[in-house]
Amino acid sequence: MTTERALRTVDMHINVGPQHPATHGVFRMVLEVDGERVAGCTPYIGYLHRGFEKLAENEEWQEVIIHLDRTDYISQFNNELCYAMGMERLLGVEPPERAEYARVILAELNRIVSHMMFYGAFGADVGALTPFLYAFRERERLQRLFEAVSGARLMHFYFRAGGLKEDLPEGFADELRRMLPAVQHGIDECDRLLTQNEVFLSRTVGVGKLAASEAIAYGCSGPVLRASGVREDVRRSDPYSLYPTLDFDVPVGKNGDCFDRYWVRLAEMRESVRIVQQCLDRLPEGPIRTPVPRYPHFRVEPGEIYVHTENPRGDYGLYLVSKGGVQPYRVKLRSPCFCNLMALGPMLRDSYLADAVVILGSLDIVLGEVDR
Amino acid sequence: MTLPADIDALVRLFVVANVVLLVVLVLIYIERKVLAHIQQRLGPMRTGFHGILQTPADAIKLLIKEDLTPQSADRWVFQLAPFLVFVPIFMMFVTIPFTGELVVRNLDLGIFYLVAFSSLHVVGLLMAGWGSDNKYALLGGVRAAAQLISFELPLAFAILGVVVWSGSLNLKEIVELQTGIPFLLLQPLGVLIFLVASLAELSRTPFDIPTAESEVIGGPLVEYSGMRWSIFMLAEYASLFATAAIAAAIYLGGWEWPFAPRAGELDGWAARLAGVTWFVIKTLGLIILVFWLRGTLPRLRIDQLMGFAWKMLIPFSFINLIITAAAVVYGGVILLAGWLATGGFAYAVYIRSRR
Repeated sequence: MTTERALRTVDMHINVGPQHPATHGVFRMVLEVDGERVAGCTPYIGYLHRGFEKLAENEEWQEVIIHLDRTDYISQFNNELCYAMGMERLLGVEPPERAEYARVILAELNRIVSHMMFYGAFGADVGALTPFLYAFRERERLQRLFEAVSGARLMHFYFRAGGLKEDLPEGFADELRRMLPAVQHGIDECDRLLTQNEVFLSRTVGVGKLAASEAIAYGCSGPVLRASGVREDVRRSDPYSLYPTLDFDVPVGKNGDCFDRYWVRLAEMRESVRIVQQCLDRLPEGPIRTPVPRYPHFRVEPGEIYVHTENPRGDYGLYLVSKGGVQPYRVKLRSPCFCNLMALGPMLRDSYLADAVVILGSLDIVLGEVDR
Repeated sequence: MTLPADIDALVRLFVVANVVLLVVLVLIYIERKVLAHIQQRLGPMRTGFHGILQTPADAIKLLIKEDLTPQSADRWVFQLAPFLVFVPIFMMFVTIPFTGELVVRNLDLGIFYLVAFSSLHVVGLLMAGWGSDNKYALLGGVRAAAQLISFELPLAFAILGVVVWSGSLNLKEIVELQTGIPFLLLQPLGVLIFLVASLAELSRTPFDIPTAESEVIGGPLVEYSGMRWSIFMLAEYASLFATAAIAAAIYLGGWEWPFAPRAGELDGWAARLAGVTWFVIKTLGLIILVFWLRGTLPRLRIDQLMGFAWKMLIPFSFINLIITAAAVVYGGVILLAGWLATGGFAYAVYIRSRR
């Protein structure tokens, strides 16, 4: 006699961001939740859009570098490296050896700094406060070094076509050599603090799984792709700079879940320390800049080129077009974060609201680069 | 000189209420300092010597802020909620004994009274979540209701173990039974369940799900500011203090264990001082344990938490109760089974977490 009548429920739309503590910048997503379950997600980007690509067309070639610092503002040296390499290939010059070594050292230290940022923020996403401060202590060590190198803590503007702006500061190599064991120790400490924590594991293992095929289909790259088990690293698959001569591994995950994405980044920090150590042992003396024609103006030969580097967040590509003028004709950025962010949808399938925060954190997006 | 009973009760209530307010200020300061040192920071340093005036300064700031109510909020529900959280928690202090004498009223149904009042403030949190007309607050309020009601059961059953063994609901009598061996050693499983369940009752890390900063941004508290917000904070720390005091009384032997002065050994005031010292050491130790956990652990997810409550804590709290009841009937040796059960509990947690 009783007729089963389903209770009519309405999914709730929750606006997360752009001013939510867990959105890492100004990302906004409207989550459709059924209780604690996520039923859908609509992402909105563009809150940090500054028109970098258009701005670049109105700046001189070398000046564009300051805008590159501001795309992915946590891995500035890597961005600069990509652009400097593009200009050099168009010009047909090679940077001197010392500059190459300095670039790789700085780029890899930058990778550690960037992954430390991820580590801290990810800890905070999962609900642990302490990792954030430990990570920032480690970051600070290297940030001070960057400050000594370029004079700036964030927007370095240090790489140039043909080399570096100026030589590394006096005593840089000794200071770094002294610092590396401490950096290594700091990474180990961070590892001990979070990785084996039972609560952390229960929040990350099996959460936000991304199959390798899906990761490839969405154009993911960097740690997000590698965590899904694809051994793809631009430093190995399309080697640039000194990377062919260096000995390092490419850590790869198995399950493509949040824990693997975390673990891959932690392992990459260790590899970066190895790379820096090798470069430091071989760092030669000598000039830091190959002369390029600068008068009356710095110009780049007409032509077009696509360069990409392995940034901490993935495959960072620049498509440069030169018509021979003092300004680039076109600069197009292939943003790894943007592509990684696309995979948010499939990852959020069957997740809880609390997982959504962790999954977004595990992508380690930088909005400066997504929005450009 | 003895005062008339009514006046005596009023004086005691006044003293206890003020002591609790003071303790809350101190606890907030201690939490900030403990957390800061765990995180390699200094914490408050500027206001007074090592920042000791920081919490009074914050309290004054909060009290003189404008009392805001969101336009779309359910006005009465929103404004009443903080008090419905605050009053039941303060009512608990009526029977929490600091020492044998320092108690407002030593009720014969003391534990029953405490358990009853400790579960009332969930109404206030739910009202805060609903009345704010904010989706984050609503989610947080519903989370709080689910979590607090679920953990009420293992908490009560863990305490029931103590009650069955001691045969009394009177906190003073329970403490006096522990002059030899504290119930910590007789009820190991009970202590464990009590600690975990009360962490969840207090919404403390790793169970701070209702107020999760990175998910629901403070949950029910998200729309509150100024005085109403500070009343929530007051209630939170007061309930932390109350829970630690109850745990110290029922498991750690309260003000008597381990060195209770023998009758006539110390005169009145020295004995009182000794009692208060033991109470402070035990309570503060438990509270700092809670702060320490906050500096160490991430946060669980709501489904994991509920699963843990219903599938682990409640069955094991039944086991604890059965063991204790058997011990009452067949002799205290059976309490040793409690240690075995604790091992079983640890093993079950391990099995559950294995992947």
